[in-house]
Amino acid sequence: MTLANALPKIQIRDLQVAFGSNKVLQGVNLDIAPGDSLVVIGGSGSGKSVLLKCILGLLHPQAGSIKIDGEEVVGLTGDELEAVRHKIGMLFQSAALFDSLTVWENVAFGLTQGEKMPRQEAKQVALKRLAEVGLQAQVGELMPSELSGGMKKRVGLARAIATEPDIIFFDEPTTGLDPIMGAMIDKLIVEVTQAAGATGLTITHDMASARRISNRMAMLFEGRIIWDGATDQVEACGNPYVEQFINGRPDGPIEMKIQDHFG
Amino acid sequence: MISVLQPLGRTFLSFLTVTGRLAIFTGNAVSHCVRPPFYPRMILRQMVDIGYYSLPVVGLTAIFTGMVLALQSYTGFARFSAESAIPNVVVVSITRELGPVLAGLMVAGRVGAAMAAEIGTMRVTEQIDALTTLATNPFKYLIAPRLLAGTAVLPLLVLIADIIGVFGGYLVSVYKLGFNGATYISNTLEFLEVQDVVSGLVKAAVFGFLIALMGCYNGYHSRGGAQGVGAATTNAVVSASILILSFNYLITELFFAR
Repeated sequence: MTLANALPKIQIRDLQVAFGSNKVLQGVNLDIAPGDSLVVIGGSGSGKSVLLKCILGLLHPQAGSIKIDGEEVVGLTGDELEAVRHKIGMLFQSAALFDSLTVWENVAFGLTQGEKMPRQEAKQVALKRLAEVGLQAQVGELMPSELSGGMKKRVGLARAIATEPDIIFFDEPTTGLDPIMGAMIDKLIVEVTQAAGATGLTITHDMASARRISNRMAMLFEGRIIWDGATDQVEACGNPYVEQFINGRPDGPIEMKIQDHFG
Repeated sequence: MISVLQPLGRTFLSFLTVTGRLAIFTGNAVSHCVRPPFYPRMILRQMVDIGYYSLPVVGLTAIFTGMVLALQSYTGFARFSAESAIPNVVVVSITRELGPVLAGLMVAGRVGAAMAAEIGTMRVTEQIDALTTLATNPFKYLIAPRLLAGTAVLPLLVLIADIIGVFGGYLVSVYKLGFNGATYISNTLEFLEVQDVVSGLVKAAVFGFLIALMGCYNGYHSRGGAQGVGAATTNAVVSASILILSFNYLITELFFAR
């Protein structure tokens, strides 16, 4: 899918984010081509979620550039930022469904509120999206509290694709799911992303999920991308940090800074 | 010396930070209240939540306050043979002070806490981030409807509380203290001035805004899971109650100081 000379769908240059003295991102560079499915791997607290939030404009970086379709996102506010967000759908780690709305209203939210589609029309689209993620129409009338973890992820996925975004973000899509349900969600992610022709950006530390979803991987470590390449090359990448991480070895160059929490 | 000054300085800086953040939040929230798009469905829902569902608790507070006021006034005024002033004392106390303040405090406990808990839970479960990614401004969708509903509904609630409170005074005065019912009502209406009611309603509108503002602000800035939401709820009720009492004095000064 990657075209060497094509304009990247997302281009990140020298992105720096700090919270006080804690430098979370220290110069992230990343290109994501249209139609790519990139998974960013990295340990807990490595800044993966911060990276996503910066692209969405939920966090403001201290320095650096983020371009979507060649348009600078950093510094955008108001309607301009909302226009960029229209291009993006997101599946949250906890699904983040709105408690006070029914399942179909959740799925249709971006249509009724963002695109001002009439409710009945939006409901039909929502039911279609629910069917695409394997949920029956009756589920649409339930409240989120009545759903299992796997169903919530499916609804979250249906909501993420409801507005037919160009880009879809997946934040730890398999966290909290059993291996079978996790694999089913991964399969759905691949199917819906390919069907929509969307560009996917996933953050996870579940290597099985990362291999299933992606055609490219990048590893974030100490605030920088230390390796970036095709998924089928990750095993033989020769980077000791990546090798330790993907094989889950306790010994190696990556040291867990557990003591930091206790001063 | 430094060890004494350091915590003081830290507390002062923290106070300034919170004040600045609250001022920016208020400015942002108010600007979204007056700019479209509006969410009438959300405003209506909040009006029902704040107004209709607070009626029982505010009504009970008002009726017992009116009853106690009549009883206490009687025990005091009987010493000076001034029992006829009881209807006047009840109606002025209720409309000017006790109606808006007690209704405000009750609604702060009921609604302010609920707002902080709901918005705080939305914050810690990423629902507010989800709103933003769905190109919906949380200030427009969550905060503005609550502020508008709070400001609009509390005066109505206080008007009802005023009537119930006066009725409480009437009940005690007529059925326990032996007043003539018609005389009680005519004394009440004769002594009541428009300014008494209007000042109470202005107070109510301000209190409604403050309750919604503190509920939304504390919920929106809550952090750290269940404990953070709990702290936000407590802060919402405490800060709203203190602000109600402070603004009550300021508005009274504005209306009645000579």
